[in-house]
Amino acid sequence: MATVTFDHATRLYPGSEKPAVDQLNLHIEDGEFLVLVGPSGCGKSTSLRMLAGLEDVNAGAIYIGDRNVTDVQPKDRDIAMVFQNYALYPHMSVADNMGFALKIAGTPKAEIRQRVEEAAKILDLTEYLDRKPKALSGGQRQRVAMGRAIVRQPQVFLMDEPLSNLDAKLRVQTRTQIASLQRRLGVTTVYVTHDQTEALTMGDRIAVLKGGILQQVGTPREMYDAPANVFVAGFIGSPAMNIGTFAVADGKAKIGSADVALDAAVDGDKVTVGFRPEDLEVVAAGTAGAFNVEVDLVEELGSDAFLYGTLVDGGDSMLAGADQVVVRIDPRNVPDKGETVSVAIKPGLAHVFDATSGERL
Amino acid sequence: METLHITAAKPESALLDLPWRLPLEEWPDNLLAALPRGISRHIVRFVHLGKRVLAVKETRDHFAFREYDLLRKLGKLEIPCVVPTAVVTGRIDDDGEPLETCIVTEHLSFSLPYRAVFSHSLRPDTATSLIDALAVLMVRLHLVGFYWGDVSLSNVLFRRDADGFAAYLVDAETGDLHRELTAGQRSYDIDLARTNIIGELFDLEAGELLDFEIDAIGIGDTLVERYNALWSALTEVEAYSASEHWRVDERIRHLNDLGFDVDELSIVTDFDGTTVQIQPKVVDAGHHTRRLMRLTGLDVQDNQARRLLNDMDAWRSAHERHEDSEMMVAQDWLMSTFQPTIAAIPRDLRGKLEPAQLYHEILEHRWYMSQRLEREVSLTEAAEAYAEEVLKDRPDEGALVAATPGDQEVAAMDPSLALESTTEAAEIAAIEAEDAAKIAVLRDSEEELDSTTVIRAVAAAGEKAAEKVVAGDSAKAVAGDSAITAPIPSVQGSSVPKAPSIPPRVSVKRPE
Repeated sequence: MATVTFDHATRLYPGSEKPAVDQLNLHIEDGEFLVLVGPSGCGKSTSLRMLAGLEDVNAGAIYIGDRNVTDVQPKDRDIAMVFQNYALYPHMSVADNMGFALKIAGTPKAEIRQRVEEAAKILDLTEYLDRKPKALSGGQRQRVAMGRAIVRQPQVFLMDEPLSNLDAKLRVQTRTQIASLQRRLGVTTVYVTHDQTEALTMGDRIAVLKGGILQQVGTPREMYDAPANVFVAGFIGSPAMNIGTFAVADGKAKIGSADVALDAAVDGDKVTVGFRPEDLEVVAAGTAGAFNVEVDLVEELGSDAFLYGTLVDGGDSMLAGADQVVVRIDPRNVPDKGETVSVAIKPGLAHVFDATSGERL
Repeated sequence: METLHITAAKPESALLDLPWRLPLEEWPDNLLAALPRGISRHIVRFVHLGKRVLAVKETRDHFAFREYDLLRKLGKLEIPCVVPTAVVTGRIDDDGEPLETCIVTEHLSFSLPYRAVFSHSLRPDTATSLIDALAVLMVRLHLVGFYWGDVSLSNVLFRRDADGFAAYLVDAETGDLHRELTAGQRSYDIDLARTNIIGELFDLEAGELLDFEIDAIGIGDTLVERYNALWSALTEVEAYSASEHWRVDERIRHLNDLGFDVDELSIVTDFDGTTVQIQPKVVDAGHHTRRLMRLTGLDVQDNQARRLLNDMDAWRSAHERHEDSEMMVAQDWLMSTFQPTIAAIPRDLRGKLEPAQLYHEILEHRWYMSQRLEREVSLTEAAEAYAEEVLKDRPDEGALVAATPGDQEVAAMDPSLALESTTEAAEIAAIEAEDAAKIAVLRDSEEELDSTTVIRAVAAAGEKAAEKVVAGDSAKAVAGDSAITAPIPSVQGSSVPKAPSIPPRVSVKRPE
């Protein structure tokens, strides 16, 4: 087991002027499940491959534990790329399928058997060890593939979008399994995904990247409750946070016809305010700080309902994402299309960002 | 509404005839060209389409497009790989449920999967030939900046290439094309290749598919050695004294011998001009192929080309044609030697091997004949003897891929599987006979883990069985009129372990 440290780690591809990963500083605790998340091209996979030794580190360093692995060959880094290779061998028993890499490494037979048995116990595969893979279900086979990585007892597991070739249903199942397995094993794990839901549900901590630059790292709760900038605010959460840029006067933002008091001090005449759909409540018309929304559409999900509407008297204020306001409403009390409802941001739940830099105020 | 969408480089209207509304697993047997399949994580089927054989793989949308794109790029870079035909998206079944995207590739004719090659030959050095071919392929891929990510014997096909083999990349799903590979990417690919190859050989051993003892780990290590040796020969910086200019030519000749051409060579002289460093910058494989192509129009693989070129050079000397242009000599050699030799092979046997491979083997045969008879043997004489003594009993490798039921053939090569299949077939068929309307193929898994156990049940026979199903008599009806095809023994010639002539195991699938 070990910590992982990126110390100003930078990857500049030959022929490119902008680094794919720019001065990444990230410390991952021993046993932690860290998720690297961000849109395509943000540098998350490149960061993982730098840790794996597949990408050169052009500046800075990477440590596994106290060991500087910046110039160490991939196979000597004591890491395992999980799910990289999960074709199972049909003529070999499940035990042999799990342990063959140890056999290649010359590990004594008794020790191979012992490690395979331990892994099988964790993976609920004990009773299948002497069977052939064809006797297993799809899920069990995937666990055998996982077992291959476990028996090697690496310091760090690396997973690069492992669920991307599964269908939606299996993806949700497997995601829970991987997360709980990782907790049982306690092996430091770095996991890459583009899917913020996956990140929120699986990670002990999440690191959000954009354009090769680390935006924020924190627990799922921290990322959700206190996004460090507009990008993180919009990226984490589904449906996404309502984010708009509004005129500001006397410390109050002009949202529609309402003047909304802000918790943070604002310089200048514009401010960016974010509010999550569930942090809005429907109130009586005329309530202080409430603004009006005209209903375009209501999406009913049974337990929840989401209203998609247009800000009334929005003026030149700009809302991200199709200029729409999304409100979570009581599914048993749904307004009609075309109606106008008054909504207010629950106290203390507005996120205030600098209109120019996008940083949280 | 989703509509079926075919993305293809060329108009491929015939593709529309395939049953895209069915999951690949359920495609009818009459479409399938039963080929030996490798170990794959996806469902893969080979289908006949007119005279062609296509490989169809179900996968996720973006993977399919990515792979299609990568294979096209690799093709343009003249990397030996399968040719992508199309990506088929927007598939729905009859209930309107979406089906997975398919990527379609052209099946490589005269190609052999490693399982077939291993069981084919009794020569222990076959393994080394395969490894050499794979090392060459990996070096070529790495030179153009392709990181493979999942190198294994299952992900390549082999074609005969004179004495050895040429390897073709089949699966580019995990790969990535970079401007230049890092040392880490190369070493990871090699290490993974080593691990996978050893694993695949362990598997062949566990299945008792090998006729000889092999040192699996030794073979894996050989790959690493061969790869490293070739990589250094192609890319290393060499320093020598400025007076030794001939070293440049020597380096180039050495690379030509290895089958590579130098497109760009960097020559750096040190400050006082006493030493010179040379390093090939861009090298291209296929030196002999290109030369033969230019001279004769024959498009063959590199070792075959080298063999033919050597023969042509020998012919030139023997006929004292040094004064004539190389092009003219080549044409005369083609008309007077190559073509008549191939023509001496009876027409019905000619299709068994590619012409260049035939010619190579006839040359070999002539050498053995001359040794035995202690006299000169003419090529025509050798060709006739070769057809009679060797070729007649050889499997048809063009058809090995196109016509033989490959699943059965693999089972035939694999006694353990065939034996396993002795049990149950009739019983299962009987028990499930109520549902025998649909005697389906055992598709062992989504991941095609064990395609080798898959034995085809003939759909038509299944229907027949269904007709016979009368209440209370169903079991007998099916058991008595088994809808199961038996494995075909010995399609691979004498080296194939004989498979028992009993019905293999089938699974009878209930219609949902």
